[in-house]
Amino acid sequence: MTQAADTAREGSELISFRIGEQEFCVDIMAVREIRGWTPATPVPHSQRFVKGVINLRGAVLPVVDLADRLGIGIAEESARHVIIVAQIRNRIVGLLVDAVCDILSTADHKVQRTPDLAGDAMQHFVRGLIPLDGRMISLLDLDLILDQTQAEAA
Amino acid sequence: MAEDPMEAIRATFFIECDELLAQLEEGLLAMEQGAADSETINSVFRAVHSVKGGAGAFGLDPLVRFSHVFETLMDQIRAGKVEATEAVVAALLRAADMLADHVAAARTGAVADEARSEQIGAALMALTVEGSAQAFEPEPSEIEGLDFKPMTIAMDGLSDDMAIDFTPIAFEPAAPLPVAEAGWVINFKPHNALYAKANDAALVLRELTGLGEATVTVDDSALTGLDVMEPRQAYMAWTIRLPGSVAEDDIRDAFAFVDEDCDLTIARDVEAGPEMAEAPADFDISALIQPPIAEETPAPDLLGSLLAQVQDAPAPAPQAPRAPPASPSPAPASPVAVAVAVADVAPKSDAAATGAAQAVIPQTIRVDLDRVDRLINLVGEMVINQAMLAQRVMESGAGKAADVNLALTELELLTRGIQDSVMAIRAQPVKSVFQRMPRLVREVGEATGKRVRLVTEGEGTEVDKTVVERLSDPITHMIRNAIDHGLETPAEREANGKPGEGVVRLTAAHRSGRIVIEVSDDGRGVDRVRVKAKAVENGLIAADAQLSDEEIDNLIFAPGFSTAAAVSDISGRGVGMDVVKRSVQSLGGRISIISTPGQGSRFSLSLPLTLAVLDGMVVTVGNQTLVAPLTAIIESLRPRPGDVRPLGPNHRVLQIRDEYVPLIDTGAALGFGASSLSPSEGVALLVECEIGRVALMVDHIQGQRQVVIKSLETNYQSTEGVAAATILGDGRVALILDIDGLVATHRRGAARSDVQSSVPQSPIPMALAG
Repeated sequence: MTQAADTAREGSELISFRIGEQEFCVDIMAVREIRGWTPATPVPHSQRFVKGVINLRGAVLPVVDLADRLGIGIAEESARHVIIVAQIRNRIVGLLVDAVCDILSTADHKVQRTPDLAGDAMQHFVRGLIPLDGRMISLLDLDLILDQTQAEAA
Repeated sequence: MAEDPMEAIRATFFIECDELLAQLEEGLLAMEQGAADSETINSVFRAVHSVKGGAGAFGLDPLVRFSHVFETLMDQIRAGKVEATEAVVAALLRAADMLADHVAAARTGAVADEARSEQIGAALMALTVEGSAQAFEPEPSEIEGLDFKPMTIAMDGLSDDMAIDFTPIAFEPAAPLPVAEAGWVINFKPHNALYAKANDAALVLRELTGLGEATVTVDDSALTGLDVMEPRQAYMAWTIRLPGSVAEDDIRDAFAFVDEDCDLTIARDVEAGPEMAEAPADFDISALIQPPIAEETPAPDLLGSLLAQVQDAPAPAPQAPRAPPASPSPAPASPVAVAVAVADVAPKSDAAATGAAQAVIPQTIRVDLDRVDRLINLVGEMVINQAMLAQRVMESGAGKAADVNLALTELELLTRGIQDSVMAIRAQPVKSVFQRMPRLVREVGEATGKRVRLVTEGEGTEVDKTVVERLSDPITHMIRNAIDHGLETPAEREANGKPGEGVVRLTAAHRSGRIVIEVSDDGRGVDRVRVKAKAVENGLIAADAQLSDEEIDNLIFAPGFSTAAAVSDISGRGVGMDVVKRSVQSLGGRISIISTPGQGSRFSLSLPLTLAVLDGMVVTVGNQTLVAPLTAIIESLRPRPGDVRPLGPNHRVLQIRDEYVPLIDTGAALGFGASSLSPSEGVALLVECEIGRVALMVDHIQGQRQVVIKSLETNYQSTEGVAAATILGDGRVALILDIDGLVATHRRGAARSDVQSSVPQSPIPMALAG
């Protein structure tokens, strides 16, 4: 992640990561840090995809199992997992993913519209698709992830 | 007044105004209770006067005008010319509200409601002896009036301001003097210092001439020729003769600001005694400065806190070896000696504190809250760090060495001491919030045509400043609600055999580590039929829903619920009880209502005392580590097999001595799954909660520890049964139990599936109080 420093220039940069066989990315500006897996403390009455809460230098933040949230299985938590600490609105949330892959720029890659997949959980969260060297990377809208959490909770 | 220095002073003035207004309100309320002693009246007078003085300096004319009228009446009350009857005090209270409005308006540069101001001002004037403000009559106790009204008199702006500033602050009620008294002879010789301090003999003389017909003769014998004259030297002296009818205090007041810097004798024409020369100094101290006790207070305070610390720290045995009392090191210095010394002084300091309680003006400094918060955060991190360090040391095996252990213990004590002190900085009595309520009650009472008496209790209850600030809105709303919806009109009340005046009771108390605020009224209670009908109409519940009375009462907290057929100006401002409930919940609090038809309702609001630290019992439930607030725990015990009995299909009770208390499986209530241990293998924590005592089953007790409260809501959401989170020595997060919430979950039958959200899906709010 050494390139992370030069994000100052125009055009948004994205950080891509892998969950199972699929690749996703989020705006790098939302990402505060990336850290290794730590066991989370489960919180009662939480949605299943909330693994629990962890301590990040004195702040308590929830860890969302992104795989579960996106409906592509439940992560078997292990030390190989990575937690992306992201700022969503005014909250800080940990996103549990399999591995972080790359940094890409929207300037170099065209974002395509997501095809209409009615009723799929994915539809809510994927804002667009980015083709890259024969791979497909889905651009996630983190705001919506939180929105959905709220909407379902309300 | 655009320049910054002035702005800063202005800001200070408004901060002081807030304090003065609080003092004013407090004094007036005391008067309302019949405490018309001169100290109370004086404090009210001083408050108004100081506001006026400051306002004058800043050219805040409407404020000055209004406070002048107010002050005039207060002055006459003080002088015993106007009796502080109920009606007068009521008018004064209204005036205090108006004064607060004026201050608020002046702060923002706006204009207060002039019509209302005029009206209240006129009402005040009507109460004064003369029935109207008379500016120029040489009324002895009306010196301020003289300085004030005559803005038309040729005084330049500066001296005018000074005159305001220099008016006497506190003089005893002018006792009516015998008429035929010898005239006064005053010898007044300013020192250089008088002029150096920017005072002016001319102002003093003008003040004196205002007191009555004065003859002033100047003694310029010391005056030299211009060639040798030192410009900063004071050469002149004056002899002033005043009629005997002028009160001596008034004369002395004229010199109040200069008496240290002049030779002064004030004497009756016949008995000019030299000893009078010393009088001004005495007078100054006793009348201008508050009771001399104030100067002693730091000592008792210091001792008190020292005592508290000594008691807090149970002076563990390891300190014994460090005998040498000469060692000045603060922590270990011979605990025995300290304890004795403190014990000696304690009773005295207690007595002093009680004796001084009413009159002492605490010495304070103003500190930017940000700085305190930063300190609190740092201390919080230090506490966690200290715990981590202790754990690491133990794990490494080094903790077995006695000296390491000792050092760790001392570090822990020290850390705790620092933390307690830091938290105490932010602790405030809820008084500041309670004080605003009488006004609210008056206004709402007036607007609704109901007669209301507000009774407050426990206003000295201390909570963290952050909590105090957040109390205001919910309390305001609950009181509005109590008056508007709870109380009946006087006619209705009398028809029902109640006194015409309704009583709204506002109380605060500490209970099981939380602050509980209750607002109760003796009104009609919740109209359950109407509430239920409304809830059905709004689609909150099914028409055939069977609800208990408690559940119906709590419907008023449901989102989108408002019974007011016509939205009234008072309660129906778009803020329903649901909003109150949500804001309370976001603080980790709960709100509930108990109502008895025809007898009134009681809203109960419970909030954590602080949002920073907690003494906790660290326990294990299943494979989870949880923290139970120590303050809630009465005792912990291991139940004997025969002590646990089933009650109905879902509940169990535990027999503790002669008492049966509900037994709650903590793991099950939290949705972690029922405990695999039988009660006799685990530990029962007997806790106090809203419904009384209950026993919580946990697997093990790990120990007792002070933990730093970390909000779960900041980044996640509030969770029923969980008050907050904390970070343990190993860096992992542990949840802090919210015992009342846990009990509520349990009472509802708990077993909701884990997958569901924590936010209640039914419209019926859950906080059922008992």
